[in-house]
Amino acid sequence: MLGFLKNPVVVTAEINLNLVVLTVMGLISRLWGLSYPRAVVFDEVYYGQFVSLYMKRIFFVDDSGPPLGHMLLALGGYLGGFDGNFLWNRIGAEYSMNVPVWSLRFLPALAGALCIPLAYQILVELQFSHCAALGAALLILLENSLITQSRFMLLESILIFFILLAVLSYLKFYNLQRHRVKYMGLFTYMLLLAIAGLHFWHMLGDRNLSNVSLVCHFLARGLTLLVIPVAMYLSFFFVHLTLLYRSGPHDQIMTSAFQASLEGGLARITQGQPLEVAYGSQITLRNVLGKPMQCWLHSHTNTYPIRYENGRGSSHQQQVTCYPFKDVNNWWIVKDPGMQQLVVSNPPRPVRHGHIVQLVHGITTRYLNTHDVAAPLSPHSQEVSCYIDYNISMPAQNLWRVEIVNRESDTDVWKTILSEVRFVHVNTSAVLKLSGASLPEWGYRQLEVVGEKLSKGYHQSMVWNVEEHRYGKSQEQKEREVELHSPTRMDISKNLSFMAKFTELQWKILTLKNEDTEHKYSSSALDWITMDTNIAYWLHPTSGAQIHLLGNVCTWASANIAAVVYTCLSLWYLIRRRRKIYDIPEDAWQLWVSAGQICVGGWVVNYLPFFLMEKTLFLYHYLPALTFQILLIPIVLQHLSDHLCRSLLSKSMFNALIVAWFSSVCFAYRTFSPVTYGEPLSVAELKDLRWKDSWNILIRKQ
Amino acid sequence: MPAAGGGRAGSGPLRQRGTRRLQGAPPASALSPRPPAGWRAALGLVTLLSFASRFHRLPEPPHVCWDETHFGKMGSYYINRTFFFDVHPPLGKMLIGLAGYLSGYDGTFPFQKPGDRYEQHNYMGMRGFCAFLGSCLVPFAYLTVLELSKSLPAALLTAFILIFDTGCITLSQYILLDPILMFFLMGAVLSMVKCNSCADRPFSASWWLWLSLTGVNLAGAMGVKFVGLFVVLLVGLNTIYDLWDLLGDLNLSLVMFGKHFLARVLCLILLPLTLYMAMFAVHFAVLNKSGPGDGFFSSAFQSQLIGNNLHNVSIPEHLAYGSVVTMKNLRMAGGYLHSHWHLYPEGVGARQQQVTAYLHKDLNNLWIIKKHDSNTADLSDSSSPVEFVRHGDIIRLEHKETSRNLHSHQHEAPLTRKHFQVTGYGINGTGDSNDFWRIEVVGRRTGKLIKVLRSKIRLMHVATGCILGSTGKTLPKWGWEQVEVTCTPYVKETPNSLWNFEDHINPKLPNISLDVLKPSFAEILLESHMVMIRGNSGLKPKDNEVTSKPWHWPINYQGLRFSGVNETDYRVYLLGNPVVWWLNLFTIGLYLLIAISTAVALKRGVQLTSEHKELSRVVLCGGGQVALGWLLHYLPFFMMGRVLYFHHYFPAMLFSSMLTGITWDTLLKFFSQFLSPSTKARRVYGVGILALILLIMYSFYLFHPLSYGMIGPMASDPSSPMAGLRWMDSWEF
Repeated sequence: MLGFLKNPVVVTAEINLNLVVLTVMGLISRLWGLSYPRAVVFDEVYYGQFVSLYMKRIFFVDDSGPPLGHMLLALGGYLGGFDGNFLWNRIGAEYSMNVPVWSLRFLPALAGALCIPLAYQILVELQFSHCAALGAALLILLENSLITQSRFMLLESILIFFILLAVLSYLKFYNLQRHRVKYMGLFTYMLLLAIAGLHFWHMLGDRNLSNVSLVCHFLARGLTLLVIPVAMYLSFFFVHLTLLYRSGPHDQIMTSAFQASLEGGLARITQGQPLEVAYGSQITLRNVLGKPMQCWLHSHTNTYPIRYENGRGSSHQQQVTCYPFKDVNNWWIVKDPGMQQLVVSNPPRPVRHGHIVQLVHGITTRYLNTHDVAAPLSPHSQEVSCYIDYNISMPAQNLWRVEIVNRESDTDVWKTILSEVRFVHVNTSAVLKLSGASLPEWGYRQLEVVGEKLSKGYHQSMVWNVEEHRYGKSQEQKEREVELHSPTRMDISKNLSFMAKFTELQWKILTLKNEDTEHKYSSSALDWITMDTNIAYWLHPTSGAQIHLLGNVCTWASANIAAVVYTCLSLWYLIRRRRKIYDIPEDAWQLWVSAGQICVGGWVVNYLPFFLMEKTLFLYHYLPALTFQILLIPIVLQHLSDHLCRSLLSKSMFNALIVAWFSSVCFAYRTFSPVTYGEPLSVAELKDLRWKDSWNILIRKQ
Repeated sequence: MPAAGGGRAGSGPLRQRGTRRLQGAPPASALSPRPPAGWRAALGLVTLLSFASRFHRLPEPPHVCWDETHFGKMGSYYINRTFFFDVHPPLGKMLIGLAGYLSGYDGTFPFQKPGDRYEQHNYMGMRGFCAFLGSCLVPFAYLTVLELSKSLPAALLTAFILIFDTGCITLSQYILLDPILMFFLMGAVLSMVKCNSCADRPFSASWWLWLSLTGVNLAGAMGVKFVGLFVVLLVGLNTIYDLWDLLGDLNLSLVMFGKHFLARVLCLILLPLTLYMAMFAVHFAVLNKSGPGDGFFSSAFQSQLIGNNLHNVSIPEHLAYGSVVTMKNLRMAGGYLHSHWHLYPEGVGARQQQVTAYLHKDLNNLWIIKKHDSNTADLSDSSSPVEFVRHGDIIRLEHKETSRNLHSHQHEAPLTRKHFQVTGYGINGTGDSNDFWRIEVVGRRTGKLIKVLRSKIRLMHVATGCILGSTGKTLPKWGWEQVEVTCTPYVKETPNSLWNFEDHINPKLPNISLDVLKPSFAEILLESHMVMIRGNSGLKPKDNEVTSKPWHWPINYQGLRFSGVNETDYRVYLLGNPVVWWLNLFTIGLYLLIAISTAVALKRGVQLTSEHKELSRVVLCGGGQVALGWLLHYLPFFMMGRVLYFHHYFPAMLFSSMLTGITWDTLLKFFSQFLSPSTKARRVYGVGILALILLIMYSFYLFHPLSYGMIGPMASDPSSPMAGLRWMDSWEF
């Protein structure tokens, strides 16, 4: 027990000085002059908004990925005491004094710097020499594009950090496990899962292991590789949703139920509404689709023009549209066809799934109607109108069956906000639908609503939900109008569970399409390999100082060559091995294969998916893939020197070549470091830097 | 029953090569299991049933159904030899045209819209041809499964699934590309499987026959629709595996391996490629008259078509001031420089008149060439001498219909933000200095004249130094979905920024008959592929449109209306037999389970009896091959951006049905082996297979009106005979 009395407590620390020096150099390269320029640089304008929203606890949706990255950036802002008051509207805008630039940029820079020791460790874990590991770390250190990307409030360096960390953890685990920032992390995760699967498959072949221990191995891997990441992923969203409880600019993307769970916004109106829709309820109906914009079923006194521009006729009845703004004309009253009254009886009689109702427009008291007349813009569908009796043998057809889409049983009550409802026309079985087209001038550019005859299955454009709701009390039309104009009041709260919120938010993130498909600096995935494009991040308003995302030309070229050499050599070895000719020892082959799995695999899974993506792509999307490709360079070099340079002479020549090559990498780094760090340059110097015609170096006209 | 342990013949790509040398001594034929007795009789039976089911009520309904309106029309185009454009390669439509021609159809029926009655026109030849190919699918699938599993019941089960699937019947009964595509596809699979089982006697006559048949069928599949690419992939993977196997066989000398390799290159690459090009050659040879597809192609191509205004053209050769011209972009499927009265909308650059590239011939494509500094009056003066435009001149282009000048300025272009916007500007030809363009001929010196059609020219904007080009991106609705035209500041030489003059009208100049530079066949081929690929990617679904999603398909979520909507119409609804489809779906899950447990058992070295070894070989090799086929024909659709339809799943469904046959056969065999007395075991096995077949036949009896036509109330009406059969709300019959 008291062993320490007899023997002294000895702590033996083994410090790899290489690693320490590399880390320090990394920190210097990434942190030096971090708060320069004191202006919004490129995508900071985008991420900055989210940081501000975090600081103000306002809810937002960002389709670029799960919230961990944003939260880390916000953490930097929080630690720096940022109050969120800054207008992120323009790249190049000067930061005001309340913005803690240094601390906002610190975390990404730190992550970027730590990638260097991680690269070192990964190569060591892959059983390569310290020399190769040192090479990998130096290449990452001297990669201009990684430096630029780390030095600003951007997510890529954090992403790369976590990817490398995950790879390293798995390697450590295998020689003796995961997080997400952006969805690109997912691909690396898949790669690791595949590799783990492969390792397990080999383990299955090991007949020495008992079945029980195999099951244990399998469960342990399942737990660490599946359950823990999922749990962490959920926890990020939990923190995200807990932090952001106020309503904000992206509310309208979400369903009414979600909006109502946020403080302010819709909740202010809907709080305390009666839950069950009853005969006589006054309601507003929101289309669930929310595209092209959120809108509410609407009508107004204007009628459809007798003849449209193309000569087709209409019923000339009152227009029914979908209107994207709150308006008193969005109110409808649910009426029992069998009774005259428009008020809620006591006790209220709730409307259930399958019930037949009439919908009365609150202000004009006309009935929602559809008939076999072609809709104004979608001639294959029926026109929907509010019925006016012109006495021309066109009878009113105003009965609608309420179908609750998300019902649990067939006797479910129609609930405010929560129920998603289809209105099926009783006479023609057409379904009330938002067509998505916007009406011409006569319809005030509001959105067209039609009766869809061929109701092909479920589509959100045919589904509506009650948003605002109250029990109507006034029997007289005048009083009712006053009632419709007054805001709703009453008090009960509706809370969504975390899982419901999570599923909805996750679904929206995945399906949200950014309409803005073009950007001045966007590029195609093919341009990246050869670095045909660059991105101008920032330009000094007066001097020629500028910052570009521009890689180390030398490193990029070598990385490509390394990938080609690796592939060719592997194919060669594979074919030769198939013929039972073994060029290299078995353990060297295993090393070569496992290094390739990680590096080439990492490059492939982080690069190829971009060819299938339809979103706007930028050069910085390539950086995670590039990191893996860079790790491949020392691997290939060491392999060449170990196994292909047999004589002493060729070995020393090879070493000399490596030294020459490495100095050219250093030279390229030095040459482009002014645009990496934003040092002022003269026009002539800038022109010299334009090594490729396609590069966009900004030169001021004198 | 197959002989135990004889794993060589009929083995798929996953066969274990270890057995090759062990079996070297006895003659291979002695070991390879003979095909089960009675397979010929069974083949005859299923073929008969298949033909009967496909040809039953074939003439009904006697009007145009669904896509017949396209493919029938295209068949007519071949008969009339009119040039048209379609997103699919030509073989399928050529065959339809040929079938029509041989059966006496004269190509006069317009095929305007679904529902048009055929009246006296002979449409049966074309339908009969498609039904014939569709009927062949069943024997093909039967033989494939027989070859893979060596089990007659498995093959019969597959055949009955396909015979009695309402979807397969419906799809085979109309003038469509799908039966033709599936015919070649199954043909390729069958030949591949047959070829694999000839692997023990390479270079024998039958080996060569099946190998080259595989190649022929691949060319056929690719020639009907680009979806044929998936089966090419399947065969490709199989071949790679095969070669890899041969490479690992050290008894085989490298020379022999080289022979194997070359044989495959010859039969699976060169042969299909030649055939593929040959069918395009026929396509272009047959279609020699101008038609609706002209504008999609380059000027050079159009000059080949009889009746096109460029055919045997005689126009003024050199460009002069005052000429009225059209300018065509030189990118593949590039349009004509076009403008119209509509303005760019608010927020898209300056609010001036739109300038676009338009694929069709139109009056709005006409431009007048003017000098930059002189007014219009003296150009129209007939007495003034003709002045030619020369390389390096600074000109103005006035849009003939709207009298606005081609104009550019430093505003962002609508889609390509790096470029400048191009607009129509000025009134009656009076504009500003941003209307000046320098005309340059590629590879010429200054002062040279500019030739119509032959000179590749580019227009450089004088004020900003940018170059007029078309980006190939489609503008949104406000631009009538025409193609964007921009002025690019990057001075790169790409076809995007090159143009030629196509029409040229100038009464003051003598017309010269031009022997236009004929495009070579390779150029035509490349061009037509570019046009097809662009056409395909242009088929995007619109917002708020209910589209079919790939995940709908295997669960038979929703069908397609082939004919008729209302109660009084003759209605045909393309929907799979739900029992068959759900059985298929369930079997895929079951197969995964069986395959994984078999693989793990083998990996763990579990001792297996010889029967079990044979079963596991069928599951992993035969089943694996078919399952791979299903994956290859299904998964890629999840990544496609274009509009998808339910019938895209049918090739995958064929594979899925074969998998069902193999899986259930194996499963029943496996279970019956637990029951020791062999008679009892055989009975359980037989009853199981029979029960499945009867189930399928009964469900077909229930659902057959889907294919053979329904009249009367809709199924939602309780009085309809189909009333109880609307098992899913999404079915609309």
